[in-house]
Amino acid sequence: MSEIKEIFITSDKIKTDDYVINMGPQHPSTHGVLRLLIKLEGEIVLNVEPHIGYIHSGIEKMCESLAYNQIVHLTDRMDYLSAHMNNEAVCLCVENALQIEVPDRVKYIRTIMDELMRISSHQLWWSAYGMDMGATTCFFYGLRDREYILDIFEDTFGARLTLNYNTPGGVMFDIKPDFQKKVKDFIKYFRNKLPEYDQLLSGNIIFTERTKGVGILSLEDTIAYGVTGPSGRAAGFSCDVRKHHPYSAYPFVKFEEMLDTTGDTYARYTCRIREMWESMNIIEQLIDNIPEGDYALKMKGVVKLPEGQYYQRVETSKGDFGVFIESDGKKNPYRVKFRSPGFSNMFALNKMAKGLKIADLVAIMGALDLVMPDIDR
Amino acid sequence: MKSIIDYIVSIFKGLGTLLTGMKVTGKYAFTPWKNVTHQYPDVYPVLSDRFRGEVIMPHNANNEHKCTGCGICEINCPNGSIEIISKMITTPEGKKKKVIDQHIYHLGMCSLCNLCVKSCPSDAITMGQKFEHAIWDRKLLTKVLNQPGSKIQEGIKE
Amino acid sequence: MGFNLYDFTTFTHNLHIWFLENMSPGLATTVEWVIVGVLYIAFVALLGLFLIWAERRVCAIFQQRLGPNRVGPFGLIQTIADFIKLMMKEIVTPRKVDKYLYNLAPYIVICCLFLTLGAIPFAPGLQGLDFDIGVFYLSAVSSISVIGILLAGWSSNNKYSLIGGIRSGAQIISYELSVAMSLITMVILAGTMSFSGIVEGQRDLWFIFKGHIPAVIAFVVFLIAGTAETNRGPFDLPEAESELTAGFHTEYSGIKFALFYLAEFLNMFVVSAVAATVFLGGWMPLHFGGFEGFNHVMDMIPPFVWFFLKSFGLVFVLMWFKWTFPRLRVDQILTLEWKYLLPINLFNILLMATVVLTKFHF
Repeated sequence: MSEIKEIFITSDKIKTDDYVINMGPQHPSTHGVLRLLIKLEGEIVLNVEPHIGYIHSGIEKMCESLAYNQIVHLTDRMDYLSAHMNNEAVCLCVENALQIEVPDRVKYIRTIMDELMRISSHQLWWSAYGMDMGATTCFFYGLRDREYILDIFEDTFGARLTLNYNTPGGVMFDIKPDFQKKVKDFIKYFRNKLPEYDQLLSGNIIFTERTKGVGILSLEDTIAYGVTGPSGRAAGFSCDVRKHHPYSAYPFVKFEEMLDTTGDTYARYTCRIREMWESMNIIEQLIDNIPEGDYALKMKGVVKLPEGQYYQRVETSKGDFGVFIESDGKKNPYRVKFRSPGFSNMFALNKMAKGLKIADLVAIMGALDLVMPDIDR
Repeated sequence: MKSIIDYIVSIFKGLGTLLTGMKVTGKYAFTPWKNVTHQYPDVYPVLSDRFRGEVIMPHNANNEHKCTGCGICEINCPNGSIEIISKMITTPEGKKKKVIDQHIYHLGMCSLCNLCVKSCPSDAITMGQKFEHAIWDRKLLTKVLNQPGSKIQEGIKE
Repeated sequence: MGFNLYDFTTFTHNLHIWFLENMSPGLATTVEWVIVGVLYIAFVALLGLFLIWAERRVCAIFQQRLGPNRVGPFGLIQTIADFIKLMMKEIVTPRKVDKYLYNLAPYIVICCLFLTLGAIPFAPGLQGLDFDIGVFYLSAVSSISVIGILLAGWSSNNKYSLIGGIRSGAQIISYELSVAMSLITMVILAGTMSFSGIVEGQRDLWFIFKGHIPAVIAFVVFLIAGTAETNRGPFDLPEAESELTAGFHTEYSGIKFALFYLAEFLNMFVVSAVAATVFLGGWMPLHFGGFEGFNHVMDMIPPFVWFFLKSFGLVFVLMWFKWTFPRLRVDQILTLEWKYLLPINLFNILLMATVVLTKFHF
């Protein structure tokens, strides 16, 4: 009896629970299988806890039993939207370890395909982001434009998504004679279509109200969490690997790094759109000057890296992707580790979303461009 | 007074952006004959000649193929989708030669990475263009690529 | 019987007299009620099917693709197939729902829909209820659907439905105000609240041209507030699939979900029908003051064809809103209403009153 009286007199003895919502693994707006435990107070988010691992495939462990030219096709399946850049990272790591220099033609082809892949990844990001925000037509417009790039890929590589075009030493096939014409036609077409993206989504007052000032991450936090890619550059973090540690044909091109200072969702959005424009400029600088030559070096049948640890970074569409290979002289690597950009980007979500509403959380997650197989590997 | 003017101007600017967005979708709505739908089952898509649909072993008119049974494709395959079963026969000159008995290909496990085709020294296998592989019975996914009764072409080096 | 395609008043009058001659007055009234009821139910069913098909085709046109075009000619039987599927689904009732309220909620929403549909004039003489206070009746009766939505959200015993239901309720209650005020603006211009009177008053010129600036402002505000009322378009946060499963009707399956779905589409039709009646002239053809020849040509098209053309045109505009704009957040929806639409409406009423008093209209 006295306990009951005590509970009703002092309110801090009343047991309260937090209102926890589970944005479960299957959910239309989390891109892939991601489980978010959101602690709410009314509509305000107090804490976001991501649970990952639903699509873990053990890629790094599988690489330990494969030869070096067989590792490449597994990286396609990690961040499938920038598959070519992942493949290139592994091939560059192996080539730097063996200290061989690929022909210039290979470098140009790799860079052009990189930039095309970057545009197609950003197109898919834009489509999915528009759909998350509620403007479903954006999904179809982005994918319609992406079909042109995928047709170019199918013509050259034979595959549209899981490319496996790079091998250590070069590429698998030569480009076809009408490759340059197709790429130029696509660039002309896309330069007319990209302003439509701005008219439909970026300029829209509903969209700007939903994204400006939302999810601000300061520059110190960006560097501390290691958020790279357009999400990091939106806060002013100059982290473009293509500028700081150039590889392939990037030393031969002039381009700008898209930086912004506000660090909110709108800045991340506009950084990506401006990156699409910049990618088209890079392709135009390279497409007419592809040098003649071999499309691959003659490599030995069995590739063995000298003992040691090697690391290579590339700039994928999500950020800074790194491949670490430790070799002990045999034909299989001893340990392969991938540094995925999505992993670091995602764990800054808690900092960005504190104190905002659930609808803002969806907007922030969309602008971070998370691809779950990249995070889980 | 300035805040009232800002308020009114912001309303008109906002409405203006909305109307621009509507103009973009309206442009597509009033030209419905320009749709981009590819009517798939009626119209078969045009695939490139390098399209990776499945691995096939082309046979010429005399039912001959080029596979020597060397096993290099089996070594290069990352996940064991190819099994080579070879046998020893005696040639008319009396020498013992290894020839291919069965080139077993597990389509269900293949990741279409193209490494087997690239590494074949005699260009025996290539990538086919068929992509409609859905079937009801999983056993049909294990195929034998060399057709029964076929033998190797003359003049293929070992 | 006097069946005249252009004016149904003589036909209904003769039918009424025929009933009174052949049966007692009570039975005649009952039979008339039953006939009108069956007609309305058939109309709602057919219109619902047609609107859902139209939504899918129009959505596809905006997205540069084809909509359903295989089931029947132009895919017209697609909705019937979908409804057969929905009716055959198992009605899963979760364990701890409040059974009475859970089953009642869809029916309240549908009843509200029929009540609003009854007041709209489809053609001269073809109107269910012809009150003197038509506009007042409409805004009163359209508020009943809030109860249905709140009941659905509460009784589902599900945190997501509750959040969705409460959000939706707040939104609808706020936008009712804007809808009613923009209708009041036009009532000031028309001078009468009855719908048939409003339509008759547009015989020489539609109201949207007659009351130039205030009428256009009221039209835009009515369209925005109307889409928010029906939980459609950029205001569909309560049922935003990408955020909170399906909002207040998460726990409904089978025929009950079909009722909510149907009610949403038909409410959209009611909003555009009311806008067509009050702003664009209802069943009145396009007449300009002195051009008799032009008016005579316009009169050749039957009035109900005019009505449906205008309503479906506005339905197309509402669908255009939905497929172009991203979604607004809940606090932005409420900001839009209380800080923008309400002051604009109040100012507009003043403006319209000034225009009418100084006879500064056409």
